[in-house]
Amino acid sequence: MSILVIAEHDNEEIKASTNNVVTAATNLEGDIHVLVAGSNCSGAKDQAAKISGVARVLVADSPEYEHCLAENIADLIVAISADYSHILSPATTNGKNYMPRVSALLDVAQISDITAIESSDTFERPIYAGNCIATVQNSDSKKVITVRTTAFDAAQNDGSAEVVDLQESHNLGISEFIKEEIAESDRPELTSADVIISGGRGMQNGDNFKILESVADKLGAAIGASRAAVDSGFVPNDYQVGQTGKIVAPNLYIAVGISGAIQHLAGMKDSKVIVAINKDEDAPIFQVADYGLVADLFTAVPELDAKL
Amino acid sequence: MKILVPIKRVVDYNVKVRPKADESGVDLNNVKMAINPFCEIAVEEAVRLKEGGTATEIIAVTVGSSASQEQLRTALALGADRAILVETEIEVEPLAIAKLLKGVVEKESPDLVILGKQAIDGDNNQTSQMLAALTGYAQATFASELKIEGEKAVVTREVDGGLQTISVNLPCIVSTDLRLNEPRYASLPNIMKAKQKPLDVIEAGSLGVDIEPRNKTLKVSPPPVREAGIIVETVDDLVDKLKNEAKVIT
Ligand SMILES: Cc1cc2nc3c(=O)[nH]c(=O)nc-3n(C[C@H](O)[C@H](O)[C@H](O)COP(=O)(O)OP(=O)(O)OC[C@H]3O[C@@H](n4cnc5c(N)ncnc54)[C@H](O)[C@@H]3O)c2cc1C
Ligand SMILES: Cc1cc2nc3c(=O)[nH]c(=O)nc-3n(C[C@H](O)[C@H](O)[C@H](O)COP(=O)(O)OP(=O)(O)OC[C@H]3O[C@@H](n4cnc5c(N)ncnc54)[C@H](O)[C@@H]3O)c2cc1C
Repeated sequence: MSILVIAEHDNEEIKASTNNVVTAATNLEGDIHVLVAGSNCSGAKDQAAKISGVARVLVADSPEYEHCLAENIADLIVAISADYSHILSPATTNGKNYMPRVSALLDVAQISDITAIESSDTFERPIYAGNCIATVQNSDSKKVITVRTTAFDAAQNDGSAEVVDLQESHNLGISEFIKEEIAESDRPELTSADVIISGGRGMQNGDNFKILESVADKLGAAIGASRAAVDSGFVPNDYQVGQTGKIVAPNLYIAVGISGAIQHLAGMKDSKVIVAINKDEDAPIFQVADYGLVADLFTAVPELDAKL
Repeated sequence: MKILVPIKRVVDYNVKVRPKADESGVDLNNVKMAINPFCEIAVEEAVRLKEGGTATEIIAVTVGSSASQEQLRTALALGADRAILVETEIEVEPLAIAKLLKGVVEKESPDLVILGKQAIDGDNNQTSQMLAALTGYAQATFASELKIEGEKAVVTREVDGGLQTISVNLPCIVSTDLRLNEPRYASLPNIMKAKQKPLDVIEAGSLGVDIEPRNKTLKVSPPPVREAGIIVETVDDLVDKLKNEAKVIT
């Protein structure tokens, strides 16, 4: 049996999270196939075919897949599922949306957000905001899995897979896309950035994030935030790092004016190097920081900026 | 319109849980339990729809042991009209919960089901999507805005790149994100009133679905510990350490 990886893409390009999932799939036995479901998605298809380790790319190019509506994508995946022992997607908001629907239609349990593969039926996954790691053995005939992308390196792009066009049309007609407000940014994506600088409630307002932007420009960093900063309207929702936001693991994570609540730590504590800048020496963020600086951020950050 | 709100009893979000010493599970002895924060947001949204005249009845439901009645009472105090406990002593997985909830949906025929996007213990983020699949309803997950317009729900969803707005046919399944609303606190009079509201108990077995676990937890271990770091005195020290010790900037 083969393994099916569902690609994350925007029709033009494959997202790096797909490459992480392909690496996870190489820990299982069987050929790796990648499904690219989209509309006018030849750009994404070509890139998927180059991911190292992929034997075949399946393409479903049709208007009903353009916005990744869960109902249509889930029906498509179920329709082609017969040959696969494992179906994997990244634990992105798309994957989290359609994968449980796939598993329920197949009458199998889903294993969410895995961080390690022990064998073809045994996986590790964090629970309780990462305070515990559960090792879970699944007894279903087919495994439906979402993958925590930060736990697996990205596969290279020097492959050449065969490409097969699918003639599958699935439109349940019960949901409809209306609009999208996607922030355009020249910065790297949070979930794949090498360096992240995040601001919390201590930033006081959205304007003050400018001092982080300046540092981010110098370090080629992405900008993140705590839930408090998002809830207070300083920055948009897609900046949120944490248990219920994005899970990140960059080489360098700089937390500025963030106290270090369990829910925030759950999203960043696997970063390689953590720096915390906070004026409260008792802030819990210092317990996970490799380098802590007890200082007022409004003097420390501009100084850091000047010295980089 | 009738709204069904499935809620879950979980460890309070302030509690830092640990695995048991023998790694057989999570140490939940004497920890404070609460209604899952995302479920609280779901109840609040339903109550607002009722206050706004869109909804007529709100039913809170939970799958769990009799201790979960406590959280159903909380939902009643927040404004649900009646509650259902689907009683079971076994640790049920999202697929089984979705099957049991489907049984309740068939009995109650709600126009809208609002769930939390994820329970903060299992962190599975599955139940609402599975319920949607089993009922054949449309799903609108991770909602930060919900509007009922005729026979449709218009929902703004929090997605990785920003926000997405979709329109789904009713009946539908909605799961809540953090910014959908800010839940109210239950007032003392409402907590008293909640004690009088109807709470039905049905045996999970009576719904006739397979709820046997498919997953076996082999062990629960602590996450890798980070080595203690250091406090640097100045920004110069910090830059020096990042360049020369950690080598993460150049
Ligand atoms: C169900 C649920 C899910 C959640 N999910 C998430 C999540 O995904 N991500 C997340 O981040 N949170 C999440 N939270 C919220 C979390 O519990 C905290 O409330 C939040 O992380 C706090 O954000 P903060 O650290 O920015 O704010 P605070 O805790 O208020 O900390 C602000 C910090 O800034 C420091 N500070 C203030 N001024 C200055 C200054 N001038 N210079 C230097 N330091 C300064 C203060 O000392 C303080 O430590 C969740 C909560 C719940 C209940
Ligand atoms: C030590 C331990 C090990 C476990 N091992 C496993 C395991 O290996 N596999 C496994 O699948 N589960 C396991 N569980 C159970 C798991 O923690 C969850 O209780 C269960 O899987 C439901 O998932 P969730 O709550 O994360 O669901 P989610 O899908 O995250 O919940 C989303 C929403 O669904 C609704 N909902 C969830 N549960 C209920 C309910 N009981 N009644 C009504 N509505 C509800 C709520 O609206 C909630 O906000 C384990 C639990 C413990 C304590």
